[in-house]
Amino acid sequence: MLRQIRRWGPPLLLIAPSLIIVGVFVYGLIAININTSMSDIHKAAQATGQAPSHFVWFENYATLLGSDAFQHSLKNLLLFTAAFLVGTMVVGFVWAWLLDRPARGEGIFRSVYLFPMAVSFIASGVVWRWLLNSNQGAQASGLNRLFEIVGLGFLQNNWWNNVNWGIAAIALPAVWQLSGYVMALFLAGFRGIPEELREAGRIDGASEWKLYRYVLFPQLSPVALSAVIIIGHMSLKTFDLIMSISKPANYQTKVPAIDMYVFKSSFDYADSAAVGVILLVIVAVLIVPYLARTARAEKN
Amino acid sequence: MAALTTDDLAAPLGRAGADRRPRARNRFSVARTLRYLAMLFFLLVVLIPVYVLVVTSFKGIGDASPARAWSLPQTWTMENWQAAWTALAPAIGRTVQMVIPAAIISSFLGSMNGFVLARWRFRGADLVFTLILFGMFIPYQAVMIPLLKLVLGSGLPSGIPSLIVLHVIYGIPITTLIFRNYYQSVPNELIEAARVDGAGMLRTYVSVVLPISIPSFVVVLIWQFTSAWNDFLFAVFFSSSQNGPVTLALNNLANGALLQNYGVSMSGALLASMPTLLVYILLGRYFIGGLMSGSVKG
Repeated sequence: MLRQIRRWGPPLLLIAPSLIIVGVFVYGLIAININTSMSDIHKAAQATGQAPSHFVWFENYATLLGSDAFQHSLKNLLLFTAAFLVGTMVVGFVWAWLLDRPARGEGIFRSVYLFPMAVSFIASGVVWRWLLNSNQGAQASGLNRLFEIVGLGFLQNNWWNNVNWGIAAIALPAVWQLSGYVMALFLAGFRGIPEELREAGRIDGASEWKLYRYVLFPQLSPVALSAVIIIGHMSLKTFDLIMSISKPANYQTKVPAIDMYVFKSSFDYADSAAVGVILLVIVAVLIVPYLARTARAEKN
Repeated sequence: MAALTTDDLAAPLGRAGADRRPRARNRFSVARTLRYLAMLFFLLVVLIPVYVLVVTSFKGIGDASPARAWSLPQTWTMENWQAAWTALAPAIGRTVQMVIPAAIISSFLGSMNGFVLARWRFRGADLVFTLILFGMFIPYQAVMIPLLKLVLGSGLPSGIPSLIVLHVIYGIPITTLIFRNYYQSVPNELIEAARVDGAGMLRTYVSVVLPISIPSFVVVLIWQFTSAWNDFLFAVFFSSSQNGPVTLALNNLANGALLQNYGVSMSGALLASMPTLLVYILLGRYFIGGLMSGSVKG
């Protein structure tokens, strides 16, 4: 008995506080949130418990998923994620490829490409709101004005004020901020490839391009998967950038995370919770297989 | 022992000393020139927003016309900076009070968890680790409504105290991950030697493991500092502009007024980004170490 305590006691003592906290604040709260999402708490009086509330099963989900407004949010989320993913993966990969071979001053390039990561979305939103100003022609400022100056005036557009595609404009600052991160992942991938592989390719007479295309790029697919998962799940949670560039009540650029906030602000806790659960399910579909795979890979 | 340097954590991007790549021959070639031009082009594109921020922050009202949007200020003025400082200084002070305790407490929790999970093999250890890790990926929207009630009901003062607790709690997964990966690289002999000397787990942790954890602590402190400083989601749900951190104050400054004053909000954005940028410039390698461990292990 005493030996058992001596063996199990100390590690348990070290880890127990965190286990309990994660258990309560992650899994416990998710459970309560699911319960709230199946209630009819749509008014402030119910939210504070002064008026009675009832259990309505999946009614809120049916209403939400059936409404045009929420479908618009989901469509926006899909568009945003597609633009964000394609943008960061392409730019990040190209940067890593450019910087893989030694170059004078490569440290400076790397640092500059990566620095937007250190800035908050709120701060970068301030400048991107200016850059993505929708005014055109004589009134144009921001990127539209820059296009005019460099002779690309035909590229002028109304950015995030477009109802159908506006959300993709918000992906631009997101790509600006996270491409450096994807670059860093890919660079790590390149550095992880044994030098012998490159040597072997060169001895076989492969040209520099063929060496990359057939020997090095295929080695990067696990890194690419990690990058897609990380950027993808960040994208699904996007909130700050939209709050900062457009406003929460802006129909063009709303996504589920924004809806959740708007519902909460009007004390519609049930719908707010339901949106949270929907987001969780979407993220889980992406993350759970990845985590399971990682856990299995570590075991072997 | 010698293997445990800070380089292990920043290794992904390599150090000059460890660079085994063949040096490019020092002669002119078209491909190399094109590559430099491309690198330079991207450099300029990335810096466009920085140019706009800096230039606009020094512009006076005389420069407000859209025609002068991309020009340098006609007269350089500090007015915007003064106005932004007046508006943000209290919030910046509160943010400092928030991030320092949040980063320190999370680091110690992460270190304890990481050590146990890296060294203590029990059945289901991997499952426990994965369950903790999942907490890092969840959208916090999925816990926000009950969390609001819980925090309100707990009597914890709204604003900075609540936010410290929340950053510590939701920082557990990432800090645990970083420390666990680090401790798995600690040679087993080191731990065994302590055990042979009769030290229990707690003694081993305090006298052997903690002293060699400093590089990880730096990585985790920087990571938590940056993410708490830049957080907006918890700030907007758990504080107000009177008692909240700088992201909230900046957002109110930039979006609150009917008429946008870009000069002031851009000075504000630069002010609010100063601390994290400084950390990035001075301790960039450790910052990258944190970034890399965020990617789990592929």
